[in-house]
Amino acid sequence: MKVNRKHLPWVKAVFHLFALAPIIYLFLLVFADQAGGDPVQFIIHYTGIGALNTLLLTLLISPAAKKFKMSWLMQTRRLVGLYVFAYATLHVASYFSFDLLFEWSLLGEEVIKRPYILVGAVAYLILFALSVTSFKKVMAKMGHNWQKLHNWVYFAVILISIHFYWSVKSEIIEPSIYIFIGLLLVGLRFKKLTSKKAR
Amino acid sequence: KPLDFSENQAFKISEQLTPETKVTSHNNFYEFGTSKSNPIENAQGLKVEPWTLTIDGEVDHPITLNYDDLYKIVALEERTYRLRCVEAWSMVIPWVGFSLADLIKKAAPNSKARYVAFETLYDPEQMPGQRNRFVGGGINYPYVEGLTLAEAMNDLSFLAVGLYGKTLPPQNGAPIRLVVPWKYGFKSIKSVVKIRLTDKKPPTSWNLLASHEYGFYANVNPNVDHPRWSQASERRIGAGGLFSAKRIPTLPFNGYGEQVANLYKGLDLRKNF
Repeated sequence: MKVNRKHLPWVKAVFHLFALAPIIYLFLLVFADQAGGDPVQFIIHYTGIGALNTLLLTLLISPAAKKFKMSWLMQTRRLVGLYVFAYATLHVASYFSFDLLFEWSLLGEEVIKRPYILVGAVAYLILFALSVTSFKKVMAKMGHNWQKLHNWVYFAVILISIHFYWSVKSEIIEPSIYIFIGLLLVGLRFKKLTSKKAR
Repeated sequence: KPLDFSENQAFKISEQLTPETKVTSHNNFYEFGTSKSNPIENAQGLKVEPWTLTIDGEVDHPITLNYDDLYKIVALEERTYRLRCVEAWSMVIPWVGFSLADLIKKAAPNSKARYVAFETLYDPEQMPGQRNRFVGGGINYPYVEGLTLAEAMNDLSFLAVGLYGKTLPPQNGAPIRLVVPWKYGFKSIKSVVKIRLTDKKPPTSWNLLASHEYGFYANVNPNVDHPRWSQASERRIGAGGLFSAKRIPTLPFNGYGEQVANLYKGLDLRKNF
């Protein structure tokens, strides 16, 4: 496929649609009472797994662009990456609002006391840092520190996979697959991450 | 189907009931899938007629009940109980059924009986979770649960055959299920086919799966957290939308301490969680 500058806005529009559709679908499910009698856990899980899936897709962009020589794909990475943050924000917000019902003290306690929530919270802070530094201006200002900071995304994907693995009540096959894929995507960058020059 | 029963005023509470639609659409019944909405979607075909429930083991008079017997072996009564899930949500539910002790007395436990073991129907053809571990959450089926004989003979221990005045829907454990309101919900085993009196502590499903997270007793206890979440408070599922739920403090023994605390005298409830 040949995509040039002219096509890029259309490509991006399609990406937006794909990223927004599941959120709209969730809203419809909840408002049509189709997400169960008490959809709290459903919403939390749905947005959480949405964040992880989107993150895996983000990490797939640069290997795919290289492999299939589709450099235009790189232009979509920020967009997709910001959706990771959007899904993660919905995930955290629904946990805090629907499950904890806005109890700050309980939130603080749970983050400190529960390793799996702490791991998730650290990952969320990383995603937050990456999102606020994703603007071109900030990128230019940060120089080579920008890449250093954004390499933390690899740490985040591992943390999030662990967070998922740790959170399930039983049956660890699915979260194990996520950990494996996460490690695989980080492994693809092993050379880049270990060579000094690339930083 | 509507049921004939009397209201037992001794077990009525003033707390607001959880609406029937929520009680029947928010269920943990891993035999039909692990998400809360799976049971209502997948359990509707469950065949409860004919049904056989046996009470045997260390008893003088083993009993075999068929479907019709379930509704007349003991006169039915309605009791409203709080249900506290180990996942820190709770409901208030009007059950119809009878005291477990009444049934066990009919079987006449012998002197060796110390525990009561329960077993859910095992029928992979009807229960997708038993066919496929992805669907069934990795539990070794059939689902098993157990109580000490003293717990089983406590007045609160209840066998429910109905809910909101009608026979139990499949997703709530039709045709007959246990309700032990001072313990976390997973103790209240559904769709029971076997009750066996034993001299040894019976295995229990969640304890087998993760013994550090789910104990044999599983008494509701705000002071003993689940390793991955706090048990100090709970989300009460009432009427209304998402934000209408309330977070309320969890009570020891789910508020039934007066009736059951004496069962655990001298027992360290932190160790025996």
